[in-house]
Parts: sequence; structure tokens; C-alpha cells
Amino acid sequence: MNTIILRTVAPVVTALTLLFSVFVLLRGHNEPGGGFIGGLIAVSGLAIYGIAFGTGAVRRALRFHPMAIAGAGLLIAMLSGLVSIFAGVPFMTGLWITPSLFGTDIPLSTVISFDVGVYLVVLGAITSIVLALEQEPGPEFPAPALRGTTSRRAETAAFAREGAPDPVTKKKRRKSGGKR
Amino acid sequence: METPLAILIGLFFSAAIYLMLSKFTVRILLGVVLLGNGVNLLLFTAGGLTRSVPAIIPAGADTLSHTAANPLPQALILTAIVISFSFFAFLLVLTYRAFQDLGSDNSDEMRLAEPRDEPSPPMGY
Amino acid sequence: MASPATSPVDLAAALVLTPPPLGDWLVILPVVLMIGAGAILLMVRKSVRLHGGIAIAALLLLVLVNGSLLLRVIENGPVTMVMGRWLPPFGIAFTADLFGATMALTASLVALAAGIFALRDIDGSGRRYGFYPFLMLLMAGVSGAFLTGDIFNLYVWFEVLLISSFGLLILGSRPEQIDGALKYAVLNLIATTLFLISVGYLYSLFGTLNMADIALKAGDLSGTAPLVTLTALFTFAFAMKAAAFPLNFWLPASYHTPRIVVSALFGALLTKVGIYALIRVTVMLLPVEREVLSPAIATLAILTLITGALGALAQSDIRKLAGYLVIAGIGNILAGVAIGSPAAISGAIFYALHSMVAMTALYLVVGEAARRASLLSGDENQANRWSLHTLGGLYRSSPGFTAVSLLVFLAVAGLPPLSGLWPKIMLLKAAMDINAWWLAAAILVSSFLVTLTLGRIVLLAYWRQGLEPEAGLERQTAVRGDWRLSLPLGALVLLLAGFGLFPERLLSLTQSAAEGLAGPSAYIRSVFPDALPSGGIR
Repeated sequence: MNTIILRTVAPVVTALTLLFSVFVLLRGHNEPGGGFIGGLIAVSGLAIYGIAFGTGAVRRALRFHPMAIAGAGLLIAMLSGLVSIFAGVPFMTGLWITPSLFGTDIPLSTVISFDVGVYLVVLGAITSIVLALEQEPGPEFPAPALRGTTSRRAETAAFAREGAPDPVTKKKRRKSGGKR
Repeated sequence: METPLAILIGLFFSAAIYLMLSKFTVRILLGVVLLGNGVNLLLFTAGGLTRSVPAIIPAGADTLSHTAANPLPQALILTAIVISFSFFAFLLVLTYRAFQDLGSDNSDEMRLAEPRDEPSPPMGY
Repeated sequence: MASPATSPVDLAAALVLTPPPLGDWLVILPVVLMIGAGAILLMVRKSVRLHGGIAIAALLLLVLVNGSLLLRVIENGPVTMVMGRWLPPFGIAFTADLFGATMALTASLVALAAGIFALRDIDGSGRRYGFYPFLMLLMAGVSGAFLTGDIFNLYVWFEVLLISSFGLLILGSRPEQIDGALKYAVLNLIATTLFLISVGYLYSLFGTLNMADIALKAGDLSGTAPLVTLTALFTFAFAMKAAAFPLNFWLPASYHTPRIVVSALFGALLTKVGIYALIRVTVMLLPVEREVLSPAIATLAILTLITGALGALAQSDIRKLAGYLVIAGIGNILAGVAIGSPAAISGAIFYALHSMVAMTALYLVVGEAARRASLLSGDENQANRWSLHTLGGLYRSSPGFTAVSLLVFLAVAGLPPLSGLWPKIMLLKAAMDINAWWLAAAILVSSFLVTLTLGRIVLLAYWRQGLEPEAGLERQTAVRGDWRLSLPLGALVLLLAGFGLFPERLLSLTQSAAEGLAGPSAYIRSVFPDALPSGGIR
């Protein structure tokens, strides 16, 4: 999938899809939408990015391992259910606060934070499955669970400095330090 | 409306069972997916079919209108879809991996865990 | 949206308005604790050295929580909490009665033992792959299944524990494991889908998914053809999960492939969750229909008892042999379900609890026997270390371990003085009470065959002189003990011996659990405080 059209379009499409996924997540409270479908939309964006630039680029762009993201989401969802122990109501009861920001009431609730948790769980879990499916088999890629942290951090920093890398240098970098 | 849906569910189930009886893992997988969809349809029918409005409380009201559809089967189906989707994704990876590692998608040839002609236990010292 | 206080709607019709007592949180805490620990472990997945400590601390907490939950249930009767403040049957209820709470406590004890043993059995790459997070999620699924009071929620917990069991099963990704995992995954997924189909029919019949609500309404329809069909479907699905005879083939195909600690967890927990669901649904919710199906369940039980024992007798690989022993144990519990009197159910529950502990200990012993024997033969990684053809010389090299193994084998075979004896006596007596001598005979024959099998292991692997090491390999005579094995194994054997020598406490517990299932008025009152004026419904 190394066409120039896809490589040019993919970053834009991915960015728009990720934005749209957050929109769907927040919209989900009063209208159709929500964390699960938002997470799936985000994964589809990342999948396009992976098709265009390879799974290594997606892993670098995510910064954290997908399963760590899923874990964080699980923790957020669980903690939002647990908040109700302090309010004296049963587990998972929706609790609301409505802070006022510049004259606008912003309703915040444990329901929203639960949905954010669901979003992250779906994003993390499905991304790791998609990456496992997209990954080309071969010795160039070690098992995804065994990839190192430090080198990837450095690469992400380099990625941030340079902007979107062209595939040649990216491939070189992956060969030199992307695995351990 | 229940009768045609019941027939449809039956078709889904029979197609699923037919596919699952195959010895090729990809077909078994497709059969499992079809079975999941048939079950979703079954849950939908089990919740009662009515011509009614979606179960969303309109703005300004506090309760659902009496013509609203039963929201519970929809919640059940959503959960079932989520679960069957994630299982399908996992099974897809597993089947692919099995095809790579075992070099076959024919379940008759997957005998690594249960080899043919295993020796019987010793009958004496 | 808007704060509900301003609306004119009568909140008391739909919402719980009194704050729940703090003790009721105990029923939700096991699941929350395990999910939280699993999430934290997923987040620190790189620092594998922390994993063991965090996981074992969480499992210790789980044991404490489940213990205090059991104490509370013994004191106050079933404990209920409804999610999201909705009144039952609208909200998802978590209800712990004696049956659920004892099963949950035993499961957490077993998981703690396995977690400690895994410190040795699971190496760094296995931990990086996520052994401990999967273990936490497995325990979340198991605790959720034992404590939930909603049948669709039970399905969800089944799936949670199923998906984490997949992760544990393929840990290490040897081709053999992939092969076993594929069969395990497909067949178990079909079983849970069957369960979901039954839940769909159940919902269309009753219009509710809350177990207490179903128990209340089942009387109106009892004995009708749809309910009997439904019960048959449920039995079919749960028998497949529990590995009852014609549906058991996924178990011997997969249980011997993963690490031994994973086999121990599976043998202890997964089939027992299926048994738990079977007892919960057929004995508590649909007792009249269970009576109708009783001959069929009895046939299943006999076939499972005999084929499990015969399968074990025919195996030379001791891990596969242990898998067949798990199946034979399931047959005993099914026999109790088939008889269905409170005495028989009490025996079945006792056997399930005993079997959880005994099967974990059995797998630990099997793993350690193979390890020691392969050390003796000088070749640590020999492929056929599990075979009865090569095992030998364990008694001479490690008499202490032999004594412990012998105790575990006695427990598995159901011989005195260990805890396997009592449930078998209860089941035999219950079978003789209804003149089901053939069922009693099947239990006895199966026990005899199991005893033979285990006796052969003792003769061949322990008593027989070991093989001489091959040329060039040095025999390691001194096998050092290790607290990561001896602590969990010792504790499990102590548990087995304790309940074998002093069974009164557990007996009275399982008897009241069985009575609570036969006449679930306390269970229903805990969910619907105003539903029943007094006394039972049946």
C-alpha cells in the first residue's frame, strides 16, 4: 500500500477521523454516539495510518502501548463507578456537577468519564488487534510485546521534531533502533 | 412480523451450523459470526416487535412516551455485538496465526496438541 | 440531564433512595478490585518486576474481601446491590448468597495459590506478555459470575473470563498451544452463544433477566413445554462449558498445552463456573423442569464419570491424565444435580469446592513431578518428560514431595482422610435414598478407576527406579525445594486435609447453601424486600 496518494491523504484523514471520534464520544451523551462507537472510529483512523506508513509509525504516534491505553481506560471507567461510594448511592450511579465557565454551564458527570474510559478501552484493545493483523510477518518485526520503550520514546521525539517523515528515513530508523 | 423473522433466524442458524461443520477454520469462523448475528436477531425478536418510536426521551419530557420501543433488547444486542465483535477479531488473529504456525487451515491436519498413535501407558515395570 | 430533584416524577417508583449500607459494597468489591488491579498491571506492563507483587497483594485483598463477604452472608443472609440506583429488576443486581460466596472465596484462594506458584512458573517474557493482567481479568470474570444476580450479566462475565482464558492459553505461543487454543476458543465460543440463545428465549418468556424475578415468576409457567425446552438448552450450554461427556472434547485437546500453572487455574475454575451456572439455573430458577430432565442429566453424569475415568486410565501423558480427572470430577457434580434433593445438591456443592482445591493441587504436583524427574534424568528440557514411560525414581530422590503427592492423590480419588471422601458419601447416600443404585454404582466404579490411575502414577513415577541418565548427562540428585511451590501446595493440602478431618463446618455451610437454592425466599427477599410476606414460595 505504498502509493503516494494514500501516503499524502492518510495523515489528513487520520487527523479528521480522530477529531470526529472525539465528537461522537461527546455527542453520545444525549444523542446516538458514545464511547464504543467513538473508539471504533478512532481505530479506523489509526488503521488507515498503519496501512499507509506501516504499523511501526502507528506505535510511535500512539506513544503508549495500545494495551496500556486500554488499561488506563479500564481504570477510569472503574473509578467513575466507584465515585458513588462517597455519595452514599449504589455502584455506578451517575453523579453530576455543573461548573460554570464564562457564563456557560458545562454539565460534567461520572457517566461521561465512564464513557471516556470505554473509548480508551476500545481504542487500545482494537488497535492492538488491528496492528497484529496489519503487521507483516518476518524477522524484521519482533513480537509487539517485546519492543523496547526507550528507543521508541526517542523516535517519537524525533518524529515530533521532524513532522511526518518520509518513508525511507523512517524505515532506516526502524531498522537501526526500533527494536531490541 | 414474528413469523418471517423466525424463519430468517432459522436460516441464519442453519447456515451457521452448516459452515461450522466444515473442517476449514475460516469457514468455521464465518459460521461463528453468522451464529452471532442470528442470535442478535433472536434477541431482537424476543423483546417483542412493535411499530414504535425509538426509546429516547424527547427534550422537555421526563419519561418515555408509551409508544416507545422496548430499549432492553437493544441494550442486550449492543452488548452481544460488542462481545461477538471482539471475539471475532481475536479469533481472526488466532486463525491467521494458526495458519502461519501449523501451515494448514484444515482442522483434520491440526494434530500437534493431540498427535495420532499416542503410546498407551506402560503395563508393568 | 437536568437535575432530577426538580422533576415531578415519583422517584421512589424507579430508584433506590436509601443509601446502601457500607457492607453491601462487599458484593461488588471483588470485581472492582480485580478489574482495577488488572488495569494497573496493564499500565505498568513494562516493569515486569512489579507485576508479581501487585498481583499477589491484590489477590490477598480479594481473599480478605471474599472472606468478609462470606461472613456477612452467613450473618445477615444474601447481600444485594443494584447498579446505578435503579430498583430491581430494572437495574443489574449483584446478589451473593451462601453458594456464590463460598464458591467465590474458594476460587480466590485457588487463584492466590496459583499466583504465588506463577512467580516461579512464569518467566520474564511470559509476564511481559501479560500473565498477571490476564489472571486478574480472569478472576474478575470468575468473581462476577459467582456474585451476579442477573442472567445476562452472567453471560457477560462468562465472556470476560473466556477472553482472558484465551490470553492465558496462548501465553508462550508454541504451535502446540495455538492448535489447542483454536479448538478451545471455537468450542467455548459456541457454548456461550448457546447460553445467549437460551437467555434470549428466557427473556421472551418472562420479560425479565433478574434471577430473583425469574424465580418468582417461574412458578406460573412451571412444567410447560417452552420452559422444559429452555431448561434443556441451558443444560446443553452449561454442560458444554463444564465439559460433560459428549461435549467435553475441547478439554483434553487444550488443557495440557499451556504452562502448568495455567492448566491448574483452568482445571480449578473454568469448568466449575459452568457447574455453578448449571446449578444456579436448573436448581434455583427452574427446579420443576430439572425434575423432568433428571434422567437425561443422570445419563450425562454416568457417561461423564465413566469416560473421564477411562480416559485418564488410557493416558500416558500425566498432564492429559489430569485433564481427564477434571472431567471425571464434573461427573460427580452432575450426578448431584441429577438427583436434585437438597442433600444431593449439598454434596455437589461440597464436591465442587473440594474439586477446585484438589485439581489445582493435582496440576501443581504433576508439574513438579515432571520437573523433578527430568532433573533426575539429567536432561532438563526433554520433550517426553510428561510421559509415564520415562518418569521414575521420585520416591528415592524426594520422599517429602512424594508424601505430599500421595495426599493430593488420595484427595482426588476421594479416599480418607482427605476432603474428597465426604461429598462422595453424601452423593452416594442421596442416590441410594431415591433408589438410583445405578448412579451410585457409576460413582463408585469411576472412583475405583481413578484410584487405579493414580495408583499407577505412584507405582511408575514415584516407586519405580528412575531411568539411568544418558551418556554425557549428569544426574542432579539434590532437587532443592522452593517456597514458591511448597507454600501454595502446602496450603492447598492443609485445606484438603483440614476439611477432610473436620468437615462439620463446611458440611453445615453447604447444606444451608443447598437449602437456600431449593427454597430461594431469602435470595428473593434480599432483592425485592417487599415481594414475599413470609415463608417460601414453593
